[in-house]
Amino acid sequence: MASYSTNEFKSGLKIMMDGDPCSIVENEFVKPGKGQAFNRVKIRNLKTGRVLEKTFKSGDSVEAADVMDTEMQYLYNDGDGWYFMDPTSFEQLAADEKALGENRKWLKEQDMWTVTLWNGVPIAASPPNHVVLTVAETDPGVRGDTSGGGGKPATCDTGAVVRVPLFIDQGETIKVDTRTGEYVGRVKD
Amino acid sequence: MTGHNDQPVASLASLQLRARIKKRIRAFFDAHGVLEVETPILAKAGVTDPHIDSMQTHWSDNRDPVYLQTSPEYAMKRLLAADSGPIYQISRVFRYAERGRQHHPEFTMLEWYQPGYDHHRLMLEVDELVRKCLGEHLDLAQSCFWSYRQTWQDTVGLDPLVVDVDALKAYAKQQGIEVSGLEDERDSWLQLIMSHCVEPALPDNTPVFVYDFPASQAALARIRHDTLPLAERFELYINGMELANGFHELTDAREQRQRFAADLAKRKQLGKPEVPLDESLLAALPEMPACAGVAVGLDRLVMIAAGVKQIDEVLSFVIDA
Repeated sequence: MASYSTNEFKSGLKIMMDGDPCSIVENEFVKPGKGQAFNRVKIRNLKTGRVLEKTFKSGDSVEAADVMDTEMQYLYNDGDGWYFMDPTSFEQLAADEKALGENRKWLKEQDMWTVTLWNGVPIAASPPNHVVLTVAETDPGVRGDTSGGGGKPATCDTGAVVRVPLFIDQGETIKVDTRTGEYVGRVKD
Repeated sequence: MTGHNDQPVASLASLQLRARIKKRIRAFFDAHGVLEVETPILAKAGVTDPHIDSMQTHWSDNRDPVYLQTSPEYAMKRLLAADSGPIYQISRVFRYAERGRQHHPEFTMLEWYQPGYDHHRLMLEVDELVRKCLGEHLDLAQSCFWSYRQTWQDTVGLDPLVVDVDALKAYAKQQGIEVSGLEDERDSWLQLIMSHCVEPALPDNTPVFVYDFPASQAALARIRHDTLPLAERFELYINGMELANGFHELTDAREQRQRFAADLAKRKQLGKPEVPLDESLLAALPEMPACAGVAVGLDRLVMIAAGVKQIDEVLSFVIDA
């Protein structure tokens, strides 16, 4: 089984902790001149997103987590799972609701997502920074108002609710920043 | 690592600061009649300390391997035994696998010895030197001189000389410290709490001298037999960083040999390579005058003067850039 020594610790390294795959966020080497050395690390549990602190005796080894991020295209949902496809191997994998979490509201067919696989199974998925969505429902647009001031809520085809300028109408397509959840601009066909 | 970054890591200002501090150190020892010496970086013997590992290399074919010094201590003690009088040295030292915010495997150490001094008298001299080096860079409060026991009682409320492993474990747990892989060894738990809880609780911008360590952490210090045995050893901390370690030096060669043997047994238990004992040191010890000695991390002194938290910022180049 692959393992890492504490000497190899650095942020981004994927290790197993209490049965869950984790990513090292921060690693600090602590050593009294005469005495036991420690690695004090902050690790994020990749399944729950929780960050915890842990101290290791320097020189110890921990099991490596077989975790990798893959760019995959979202295809469809069959009621049980959300299917993503590897564009080079055409392999399809289903992510469950837990893996998608809050991000589910940005999920649009054909978009390329970063899917985190643990032992080949999706455990997390994150959307591209920008997505193009169609406004499914919003108050009627106010013509001529291009000031962008104020704004109103718009429900998109994926279920996401985004604050849009008053001039946006139902059926229009808009660009949204998934990191902030904010409207970026109108997309003209 | 991808790519090569050949630019110096430290700023020019930081290099100038280091030069200035070294100048001040030399002026200080000149004024105090302490002789500057140089001792070899390559030695036939390594260090037996269970928690310090020497790097090994070769100087010729068909010769035994040699060790890069982890401290100039043994060689300087042999000079003292040969009647050198008070001596100091600024030298490069090497420690295997020590790398972090405050550690670099190759670093600079200032080490000096004062015949006739005990650890208390040497602490006063360290204080004087440190203030000379840092005084114009930051406002230092009056230094604290606290026993190890007092320091613990005032910061974490435990008596480190009598507390047992279970109580130390319980305290760590209560402080939210989750540890893996640490055996039931009392000193390791003391060191864990010292580095995780005691050191961060020390006052800012204040040199804190902690003295009289548990006898189990004596290293090369004399042990004084009070009600409880205490090691005549001190450490200096400034702003959460260990800056110096000093001893009222052990001169008893027999006891020193026993401690080396105990170190080697401990190394074996930890699965670490055995190292040859420094027989030259053991042969010289009976001739060494009673003295006190101290090692100061010069890079860390520059870090404090510069007000930086990363050792990289005071090094011209680092090993893993």
